[in-house]
Amino acid sequence: MNAQNLESKPKVRKETKNKIKVDFERTPLKERLKAKFLSGFFLKKVIWWIVRYVLLIGVAYIVLFPFFSKISASFMAKVDFTDATVRLIPKHFSLEIYKQIWIEQEYVRAFTNSLTLALSTSLIQTFICSFVAYGFAKFKFKGNKTLFMLVLLTLIIPHRTLASAMKTIFSGFDVFGIFGFLGGGGISFFDWKFTNEALAGIDIFPQEWTRFTAGGLDLLNSYWPFILLSLCGLAFKNGLYIFLLRQFFMGVPDELEESAYIDGSGVFRTFFTIILPLSIPMMVTVFLFSFSWCWTDNFYTSNAMFFPDSNSAPYLLTTDIGSKIPTTLTDSNFAAVTLYEGAVKNTGGLMVIMPLVIIYVFCQKSLVQGIERSGLTAD
Amino acid sequence: MTNSVEMKKSVKKKKIASLDKRKARAGWVFVLPFIIGFVLIYLPILYESLSASVTYRNKIDGVWVEKFVGFTAYTEAFLGDQVGGQTFGQVLLTGVSEMILDIPMVLLFSLFMAILLNQKMAGRAAFRAIFFVPVILSTGIMESIDAAALDSYMGSTEGIDDGSGESAADSIVSAMDVQKLFSGMAIGEGMLKYVTDTINNIYDIVNRSGVQMLIFLAGLQSISPAIYESVQIDGATAWETFWKITFPMISPMILVNAIYTVIDAFTTESSVMTYINLASQQLPEQGMAISTAMSWIYFLVVILILALIAGICSAYVFYQKKN
Repeated sequence: MNAQNLESKPKVRKETKNKIKVDFERTPLKERLKAKFLSGFFLKKVIWWIVRYVLLIGVAYIVLFPFFSKISASFMAKVDFTDATVRLIPKHFSLEIYKQIWIEQEYVRAFTNSLTLALSTSLIQTFICSFVAYGFAKFKFKGNKTLFMLVLLTLIIPHRTLASAMKTIFSGFDVFGIFGFLGGGGISFFDWKFTNEALAGIDIFPQEWTRFTAGGLDLLNSYWPFILLSLCGLAFKNGLYIFLLRQFFMGVPDELEESAYIDGSGVFRTFFTIILPLSIPMMVTVFLFSFSWCWTDNFYTSNAMFFPDSNSAPYLLTTDIGSKIPTTLTDSNFAAVTLYEGAVKNTGGLMVIMPLVIIYVFCQKSLVQGIERSGLTAD
Repeated sequence: MTNSVEMKKSVKKKKIASLDKRKARAGWVFVLPFIIGFVLIYLPILYESLSASVTYRNKIDGVWVEKFVGFTAYTEAFLGDQVGGQTFGQVLLTGVSEMILDIPMVLLFSLFMAILLNQKMAGRAAFRAIFFVPVILSTGIMESIDAAALDSYMGSTEGIDDGSGESAADSIVSAMDVQKLFSGMAIGEGMLKYVTDTINNIYDIVNRSGVQMLIFLAGLQSISPAIYESVQIDGATAWETFWKITFPMISPMILVNAIYTVIDAFTTESSVMTYINLASQQLPEQGMAISTAMSWIYFLVVILILALIAGICSAYVFYQKKN
C-alpha cells in the first residue's frame, strides 16, 4: 500500500529531482563553471559590482580624506612641515599642538560651556519640535494649515537676513513693555506716557541684576536667546525638524491613539506614554541634527550676534578654539608658516568635532533608522 | 435633597464638548509654544528688520534720529555705491544662477548615491555611516576653517621627486580630460565648463547632499517591494523599472529636495550674503538700512525661485493614492 503510494504520486517529482542531481553530477566541473561564470548575466553582475564599489569607495575617500589629512597633520612636529618628503605620515611624532590648545585655549572650560549650551538647547528643541509637530500631524483645527505655512516661513527666511534685527530684539527683550517697566523704563502707549521714576529710584533689583534695563531685558552674553528661540521652535532649522517629525507622526496609525483614548487615557498622557517612546529613533535623529548644528555653530555665538564679549573667558566656546591660534605656536620666522598655522587651526577644528564624531558613532544606527521610518512619503 | 437636584442640574448644564472640539482644543495646546514664540519673538524681529530697511538713522547732536524713507534703500541697493568693485545686481545675478545650476547636480548625485546605498551589499552599513558624516560635520566651524591649502598640500605629490619628472594634477579631473571626452559631442563651452566645475567641486557637492541623500533613502525605503516583484514577473528590465516605478514613486522627494537645496544654499554662507555683510560695514552712510534692504531683495528672489520650482515640479510629481 505504502509502496504503491510512493510510486504513484511523488514519484514524478522524485524522478525529476534525481534527474537534475544526476545531470549535475555528470556534467564535469569545468563545464559547470563555464556555464556559471561565462554567461552574460554573471558578467553584468561583476561589472555592476565593480562600478558600484569604485563609486562608493571613491566618494567615501572624498568624504574621509580631509579628516585623514587633518589628523595626520595634527601629529606632526614643526620640522615636518618644512620637509617636502613628509606628506601624510608624520616623521617626527609630536603632541605639541594638542598640548598647546588644551592648555592655552582652555579646552576644558570651552568644552563644558559648549556642552551646557548645546545640550540644553538641543534637548529643548527636540522636545518642543516633537510637541508642536504632533499637534500639526494629528489634530484637525482651524488654521492648522496656515500655521504650518508659518512654520515653513520661519524655515525659509534665513536668520542671516534677520541677524541685526535679532540682536536688537534680544539686547532689549521685552514683552508688552513689562521688563522695561521693571527695569526702570517708562511705558508709552500712543500719546499716553507713563514714566516710573519712582520705580527707577527704588531700584527693586539687586546690583548684580544688570540685565534689567530701561529698554527691556538685555539678554546678550547669555544663553537666554538660544533657550528662548528653542522654547518656541524658532531656532536654527527648527522648521525642518518640525517638518520631519510631522511626517513621522502622520505615519503613526490613528488606531494606536484611538485605543488609548478608549482606555481612558488623555491626549497628553497618550502623547507622553505611547507616542514619544515609539518615536525615539526619529527623535534621536533630530537631536543629533540640532546638537551638532548647535555645537559647530559659529554664527549665533559670534561677536556680531549674541556674544559680543565672546573673547572673554566665561563665554569661551569650543568654536572659538578652531578659529584661533595659540600664541606660543605663532612664529612668523618660519618657512612653512601658512601651512603650519593651517594645521594648528585644523587641529583645533578636530578637537571641536571630536565629541560629535564619538556621538555619531554611537547614534549612527538610529539616525538612519529614524530617517527610514520617517515615512517621508507623499502628502 | 435640593442640593443634590441642583448638583444634577449643574452637571447636566455643563455640556461636554464634542470629541472634535476637544481634539481641536488639544491641537491648539500642542502648537501653542510655536504660536507664542511667533507672536512675541518672531513678529517683533520681522518688524524690526523690515522697519530697519525703510528708515534711515542719523546721529544728530549725539541723538539717533529715525527718518522714514520708504523704498529709497531698496532702490539705493541697486543704484547706489559699489562695494568691492561690484554692484549688487551683478552679485545677485551670479549668486542666484550658481544656486540654480547647483540644484540638478546635487539632486542627481544624491539620488544616485541613495539608490546605490539602498542596494544589498557587503559593507552597506559602513558606507552609509561614512556618507552621512557630512550631514553632521559640514556646518559652521568646519566650513569656516580654511582647510583647502592643507588638504591640497597633503594630497599632492608636488615637490616629491619620484623620478618621473611629472607631478600629478592637483585637481581630480583636469579640464583637458573632460574636454577630450566631450570634443566629439557638440555640447558647447558653457556646458563643458559646467561639467568640469562640477567634477572639481565634487567635495562641495558631496558635503551639501547629505540631508538630500537621507530624504531620498527614506523615499526609496517606502516603496513597497511588492511593486518591484510584480514588475519583475511582468518582465521589466532594470532600466524600465527605474523609470516606470522608482522615479515616479520618489518624485515627491525630488520636489522636497529641490526646495531644501535652495533653502540650504540660501541660508548658509553664500557669495550674496558675504557681499551684503560687506555692504553693511563698508557703505559710509545708511549701510545698515541698505544691507537689510538687500537681504530682503535676495529673500524675495529666492522665494520666486522656490515658487517656480514648486510650480514646475508639482506638475510632474506623482502622488500615490493611499488605499
